[in-house]
Amino acid sequence: MVFVLTMTSIVAIILAGMSTVLKPTHEKNEAIYNKKATLGAISDQIEGYKSISDDQVLEIFNNQVEQIVVDNEGNILSKEEVVARGVKGGMAEFIDLKKEKKKADGDRMYPVYVYSNSAGEKFYIVYTRGKGLWDEIWGNIAFEADLNTIAGVSFDHIAETPGLGAEIKDNPAFYNQFKGKKIYGEDGDFRSVYVRKGGAKDDVYEVDGISGATITADGVSTMLEDDLEDYGAYFKTINKG
Amino acid sequence: MADTKVLEKKDTGGISFGKKERKLLTDPLDDNNPITVQVLGICSALAVTTGMKNAMVMAIAVVVVCTLANVFTSALRNSIPKQVRMIVQLVIIATLVTIVELTLKAVAFESYKQLSVFIGLIITNCIIMGRLEAFAMANKPYESALDGLGNGIGYGLILLIVAFFREFLGKGEVFGAKIIGATEEFFINTSTSSWLGWYENNNLMVLFPSAMFVIAVLIWAHRAWNPKLVDIS
Repeated sequence: MVFVLTMTSIVAIILAGMSTVLKPTHEKNEAIYNKKATLGAISDQIEGYKSISDDQVLEIFNNQVEQIVVDNEGNILSKEEVVARGVKGGMAEFIDLKKEKKKADGDRMYPVYVYSNSAGEKFYIVYTRGKGLWDEIWGNIAFEADLNTIAGVSFDHIAETPGLGAEIKDNPAFYNQFKGKKIYGEDGDFRSVYVRKGGAKDDVYEVDGISGATITADGVSTMLEDDLEDYGAYFKTINKG
Repeated sequence: MADTKVLEKKDTGGISFGKKERKLLTDPLDDNNPITVQVLGICSALAVTTGMKNAMVMAIAVVVVCTLANVFTSALRNSIPKQVRMIVQLVIIATLVTIVELTLKAVAFESYKQLSVFIGLIITNCIIMGRLEAFAMANKPYESALDGLGNGIGYGLILLIVAFFREFLGKGEVFGAKIIGATEEFFINTSTSSWLGWYENNNLMVLFPSAMFVIAVLIWAHRAWNPKLVDIS
């Protein structure tokens, strides 16, 4: 009895102490990991993206990236408004799209990252979230200044099958296909980009699927269709101005 | 003469590295390998062997946990109440695994992301529990440390071998370095090579069933190479 109690207390103290001490490091790592994934959508613009250090990620984010939060009508929300709607910190990076999607349409908030390169060109990176085969998948989609042409994407997932579904994250041959695709038709209607099993049939609105990963690929299609449309209102406000 | 004999005896009783100690360390690598001979720890051997990098991190984690758990259990072996000894062992393992997980999350975040679930599953790795129950409960901390180290390395060695075959045949990579494949990124580009055009990386190797095949072939190869093992079962 005494032995068990003593042991449990000692273990509890050690683990609680360690967890508390390391928490800031964990949060910092998590934030850098997410920011790096965001920049992954425009990896062409960043020299040596593959070997980029944590400090460089933060530096780019501080100097070249503007974080914006929009609602589903395209209005830009101020930091105070975001905090008032229940997201601590009030910045795009603190928004959890999974939680937002459970809210009513009017209450949802969407993160947008605007990256400016050294030539002054702007890229708009938006965040999407959906379901793969086993668990959730998400993606950062970067648009060129016309807010129609995709400049690049980066996907990630929780538990897709390595070698099959996980290729959405790991295989450049898959995600590089998205470059240059468009999400709006010539008449301005939303069309999204479709991942076609057995090979794309359209040069502008479709990409090739991954053999053996049909459900993950369908998940990507659905995710893009559902979530990119929500940014439409915001995209229109920019294109008008 | 008599004095030196006594001294020698004392030495082997303390911290020394003689024949017996070496056997503790090398036995699990070959004659008593946890995976290929005892066929334990198969679950994680299937799960984390898609790439050598993951297998390496997992192997190191298991070596650390196995050694330390053995030492702690052995140190406490005389004061652990008999009725709750399994629970106490489990608490020791779980504590160490949590410490490893927290450390990885702080130091090697990307590996942690890839391994997250499996690190937690070290707790259920029967190799560690087996060593605590079979060895550490009856031996001194120093010997237990060697035993834990040996078993951890024996496990990790097989993990790395399996991972090598799966990563190389499945993705054409070794430790993430692209060796052979059909695009320009690979060191040997099969699409332009005149005599390797038939070669293709086999996606099946990355999937879990192929780990079964590789481990089974390894067990067979190990027994064919070491005839001592054939008589055991």
